[in-house]
Order: sequence, then structure tokens, then C-alpha cells
Amino acid sequence: MLLSMQGISKAFAGVPALKTASLDVEAAEVMALVGQNGAGKSTLIKILTGVYRRDEGSITFDGRDVDFSMPAMAQAAGIATIYQEINLAPQRSVAENIYLSREPKRFGMIDHGAMRRGAEAVLKTFNLTIDVDRPVAHFDAATRQMVAIARAVTQNARLVIMDEPTSSLDEREVAILFETIRTLKRSGVAVIFIGHRLDELYEICDRVTIMRDGQTVAKSPMADMPKMALVRHMLGKELAAFQAMAPEADAPMRPVRLELDKAGAGVRVRDVSLAVREGEISGLAGLLGSGRTETARLIFGADRMERGAIRMQGQDRSFREPADAIADGIGLVSEDRKIDGIVPDMSIRENMTLALLPKLKKAGIVDRARQDEIVTRYIRALGVKCASPDQPIKELSGGNQQKVLLARWLATDPRVLIVDEPTRGIDIGAKSEILKLLRNLADEGLSVLMISSELEELLAAADRVTVLSDGMSVATLPRKDLSETALLAAMAHQEAHQEE
Amino acid sequence: MQTILRLFLVKNAGDLARLGVILALAGLILFGALRYDNFLSPYNILSFLRYNSMFALIALGMAFVIMTGGIDLSVGGTAAMASVVAALLSPYHWAAGLVCGMAAGLAVGALNGFIITRMRIQPFIATLATMLAAYGTGLLLADNQSVSVSYDSGFTVIGQDDFLGFPIPAWIALAAYVLGWLVLEKLPIGRHILAIGDGEATAGLMGLKVERALAGVYLASGTLAGLAGVTLASQFGAGQPTEGVGWELFAIASVVVGGTLLSGGSGSIGATLAGALLLAMVFNILNFENGLGWISLSAYWQSVIRGSFLLVVVVLQAKLMARHRST
Repeated sequence: MLLSMQGISKAFAGVPALKTASLDVEAAEVMALVGQNGAGKSTLIKILTGVYRRDEGSITFDGRDVDFSMPAMAQAAGIATIYQEINLAPQRSVAENIYLSREPKRFGMIDHGAMRRGAEAVLKTFNLTIDVDRPVAHFDAATRQMVAIARAVTQNARLVIMDEPTSSLDEREVAILFETIRTLKRSGVAVIFIGHRLDELYEICDRVTIMRDGQTVAKSPMADMPKMALVRHMLGKELAAFQAMAPEADAPMRPVRLELDKAGAGVRVRDVSLAVREGEISGLAGLLGSGRTETARLIFGADRMERGAIRMQGQDRSFREPADAIADGIGLVSEDRKIDGIVPDMSIRENMTLALLPKLKKAGIVDRARQDEIVTRYIRALGVKCASPDQPIKELSGGNQQKVLLARWLATDPRVLIVDEPTRGIDIGAKSEILKLLRNLADEGLSVLMISSELEELLAAADRVTVLSDGMSVATLPRKDLSETALLAAMAHQEAHQEE
Repeated sequence: MQTILRLFLVKNAGDLARLGVILALAGLILFGALRYDNFLSPYNILSFLRYNSMFALIALGMAFVIMTGGIDLSVGGTAAMASVVAALLSPYHWAAGLVCGMAAGLAVGALNGFIITRMRIQPFIATLATMLAAYGTGLLLADNQSVSVSYDSGFTVIGQDDFLGFPIPAWIALAAYVLGWLVLEKLPIGRHILAIGDGEATAGLMGLKVERALAGVYLASGTLAGLAGVTLASQFGAGQPTEGVGWELFAIASVVVGGTLLSGGSGSIGATLAGALLLAMVFNILNFENGLGWISLSAYWQSVIRGSFLLVVVVLQAKLMARHRST
């Protein structure tokens, strides 16, 4: 046994986060660590890596009792963590990032030649040949992740922890990552893989540890754990199937509310046409880098449109800045809650009414009574789980934060709501809740443009899906033609086309 | 265009800015040489180097601070105070003046480092406070007037004499820059400083000793400001508690002109030197222009020009970065 964590308990300000949780990892195995948000996964990992100290329990790593008091100690002992946001110095070169703090030296000075050769050699074991002198920022997310893994390997890590490593990768990049994980396994390195996408877990992991409410509720070889059982362990209840909220296949065609006609700007959005109808969820699919988010920014006025036209209910519009789009009834819930959306230290009340404040003014002062009324209404309507509206939003789980963001826009009474990856980083239970919520909103007449990388999600919720590839809309599939194969075919079509 | 740039080892926006500063420097020298009779005279060259060495020293310290994403506003006050300390101690021994002047700078640098890393105060605020404190201390020690240095102990040699035909301050600055280049390019700590400027939290997670490195750059900046103060006292024969005003702006401008990003994470020592020389050259040329009698610019105007220069460079830098990012 490489790692054994037993009876781990931890409380924050008297509130237990972990209750006698356990985790065992063998050498050369990939262990899936799953659970809903708030189940205790990240607390457990942070205790292992020395970010937090445990209240109770024992940890043995590599045959010795350990108690790391800071991340550097865990690193020195052979435990490397690759965080979701990939912690590298973006302007430093690939080689420097791999060797930072352990630079090869000659006569006390950095041996740049040895560093370069070492970096090239370790990346080559992952079949990656890149210019290691270029800054890390020049490479895509998958390559950066590989660099982070290479850094872990050169630190002689025996255990690599990956926190949702695939969340910003497209399918091709995921395949590369998995090949890298297999290479790690062959050299005896163990991996703890924290993830939400079930298919990926079944593809790459050997065993699974499931957590719920601060406890370890199940451990099993992956092969002996059917998907439904896994979900049941995670949720502690039967999951309402995604299909339950699927729209009618033969819904009548409603009038178009928002239309993009051969829109383009820069190199990322080249030629996109799409339509969002009244009271429907229109999906926007495509691989990472296909221009989905950029298209959303264009519609929202965050980027200037250079070519083509945008129409609201048949009328030509030109949005110079988001304020114009908002005035026209368009809302955007962006992809990265942490960067573009929430103000972490502000309360739920303030976060929810941020976009609404100008309208809530009475004689220049925020009308507290109306604010309260709106906040209470949406907390109830969307089922936000919180102690009080004055709780800082950073204390909420990802799913509940997303609901607050949705509420922020819904309170402005929009006609079109663009949601970019609405369920990213949210556990399965909250996922179907968010999708159901969007469905209900559409049924009440809202037009939703839903950007998603998860095909099941689009299949479950969308009335039609426009597929982008390389900045161009290559297909629009109505509900009756929607299937995983059809979507993949549409994405692949353009790639085949490019090779010509 | 791309291949032409490659020829000059230009790989990114930072390199382009560095190439620009060297071309601008060459252009100014050419302009001066053609327009003014004595521009390339040994007298002008030597006094140019002697006078501007102090600015080059503080620009070097500032370069390291800015690479970490910080700022050191206290360098002018520190230099003024150090010049007083050096002048007061110069009667005992020339080395007493030198060492104690530098020690005074080091003390301010250490205080900056302590406030920034331990008390977690923004560098801007921390060094603004120590700037005022340093000016005040200098004025107190000097009793509100300039303090003559001793001419007997040999203290004035540091600022006024030559070695191998070049002014000693220029040699000191050159040595400091060679050392600075070694630290940045060849020693791990130099790369760590850049990585910290790229993202402090990330650097910490990668196991770098962030606080120690930050304390180190402020210590170095303070010490170099102290050395600049010693040079000032030695060169002009007096400790001057009211000098140093606007020096921080000169230093920041030199660093930024040299292509170092104010946001941290990138930078070059050679280009910082070129930036300092370029800025100094602008004022040298203005002096010559004053001498021609066509215009008359006071020291106040120099301050205006310095500020405008910095503004133009920062705006250009932002534009360059924006374009680089979009391609």
C-alpha cells in the first residue's frame, strides 16, 4: 500500500467537514475520487498535501507515518498535486517551469543546457516534442497540463493528484492526457483522479473511492461498480434521469428571437449563423477553441462584431458594449464563475442584485425592501441552499453559486439568456437541477442559448443544437435529428474538410 | 517582417520593446553628434557617465522590484538620507562613509521587505511611507541643510576620480549591472523572482520561497539606492537631504522603457541599462539644446518631460501587449 489514510476527521469552526474518512492507494494504480461538491474530497486532499492539518486519524505514505504541515513538505516526500487551474508561471519557459526550485546547476549557476535537455527528455516520454524555451503561456491547456505533470515526474513523485484535470480539455486533449496517465502507471506512479465525467472515470481509473457528507461511503474496483450504483452512492438517492426533462420532439416552430447572420470578428469567430427561438433552449456545441465562448461574447457586446449582422426579433442591432445588449434584454452567465461572475466576499444578496442595482435605486439609495423581496423570491424559486441571504457567496457550493448567477440575470427580466458551460464543476445532482431550471425558464418564454462541451447535456436539454468548428457554424440539428453520433459527425465533418 | 525581427533575436513583445530602446538610443546619439559640436567630446561623455551612474544604480534595483510585480517609491528618499549619512561619517574614513551610506539604504530596504512580506502591506503604500520617513530622517540628521563631506579622508575619490580613464561611479554601476545580470540570468533566485512576478500564489505552490525572494529584492533596491546616495555625496561634496525628488520616477521610467512589464514576470538587465541611458540622453540633449539658446528649459520642465515620457512608454507597452496577445 503506497498511501493509507484512516479515520481522518476535520472540522472548521465546529462544523465537521470530514468524519472518519479513509482513502487507500496502491502503487501504479489510478484511483478515482468522486463525490458531490461538499462531500469532502478537496478537504481530504488538502489534508494529505499539508494545506490543512487533520484533527484526527493517521496517514501512512510509503510505509511511514506522515504529517505534512505545508505543501512543500508533501512535494518533497513525493506527492505532487496538479490543480484544476494548472499552477505554472505563464511567462517562464517550459523548461524553467519543469525545474523551478530544483534547477540543475554547474558552478552554482543554472545549467541551461542540462535543463533544456532534461525537459525535452521527460516530455518525450509523454510523446510531446515542443520548443521548451518558449513561455508556457504559448501552449494550450493540455500541453500546460503535460508540463505540470512533467514537473511532478522530475520531482520523483510517487503519487500524483489530479483535480478535475479534464475540465478544460477537449476530447483529443483528454486522449493525450490519458495516454500520459498510462505512462505514469507503467513507471509505478500512482494517480488520484478527481473527476465528474463518468465515462472518463470508467476509461482511465482502476478503482474508485466514493465520498458523501464527509465520509467514505464506498470503495471498489471500477469494473465492479455499475454507473447507476456509483451515482446512487454519490447522491444517496436515485438520480432522476436526464431524459425526464427532455423537450417534446415535435414542438411547434416558434418565432425567432435572436439571430446571428454570418457574424465574424477576428480569427476566432469567422462565420457564425444561428437562431434562438422564443421559449426554447438552443444549444451551441463544438470542440474547445471552436469559438463558442467568443460567439457568446460577440452577441453580448463584450467583443465588437466586425462582419455580419445580429438581429433581435427581426431588427438589426449593433451592441458596442455589454450595457447595450443588457438594455436589449440579453444576459450572459459566463463560463468561469470565479473570474467573470461572482464577487466571492460579497453576500448572496449583493451578488444576486449586482446587475440590478441601478434599477433598485430610490432617491439614489438602494431600496432595501425591494432588494430583499427579489432575493427571497429567487432563493426560493431556484432552490439556492444557503444559511441566509447575507452569507458570503464563496461559502456556497458550485451549483448554488451558479444558481445565484442565474438569479442575477433572471432578476433583470431578460428575453435571451446565454449560459456558457452552466454545469461546469458542478456535481451530478446539481447538474440535472440546473438543466431542469433552464427548461422551466424556457417553458415560461425565455430564450436560452446554452453552450456546452457535454454532449449528454445538450441531448437532454436542447431543442436544437448549432455546431461550431474552427469559428464557423457547420450544422444546425433540430431536436428530431439530435443524437450523439449526429453531433460528433457534425464536429468531425469540418476537421475532415480542413485536411484537404 | 517576422524573419527580419528574428534576425535581431526578437521572439516576443518584450524583445521588440528592447530592440526599440536600443535603436532609439543609437538614434539619439547620432542626432546629438550631428547637431552639437561638443556632444561626443570626452568631457561630455565622461561627465554624462559620472552623473548618470547614480540613476543607473537605482534603476537596477527598481528593475528587480518591478519584475516581482512590486514597486519601490522610497529610492529617492533613501538616496537622500544615505548621502547625509555618508557625508556625516566621511571624516572618519572614506570607507566609513561608503559602508554606512550603503547600510542606511540597506536598512530602509530591509524595512520595506519586512512591511511587505510580514505585514502584508501593498508595496506601493509601504514604500510611500518609508519614502517620507527616509526624507524626514535625512533632514533630521542633516539639521535641514546640506552636509559637507570631508575632503581629507579620500571620500570624494569615489565620486570624482577616474580609473583607467573612466569615472569610478561608472565602474561601480557597470559592476552592479554585471552582477545583476548574473543573478537574473544565471542564478536560480533570478528565475524565481520572475516566476513570482508571474503569479505569487502559483510560485508558492511550486515550492518557491516567495517571502525570502521579495524581501531580497527590496533589500537590494534599498542598498543600491544607498550606494547612489554615497555617490551623490561624494560627487558633489555634500550630503543633500533635499535631493532625490523624482528619482523613483526616473528609475521606473528606465525600467519600463527597457521593456520590463509593470505587471511583473518579465524583464532584462541589459535593456534596463539601455533604458536608463536613453532617458539620461534625452536630458543631455535638452541641456545642449538649452546651450544653443533656442529654448530654455528649467529643471521643472525636466520633471514634466520625465513624467510624460513614462506615460507614453506605459501606454505603448500596454498596446504592444494587447496586440501580442490577440495574435
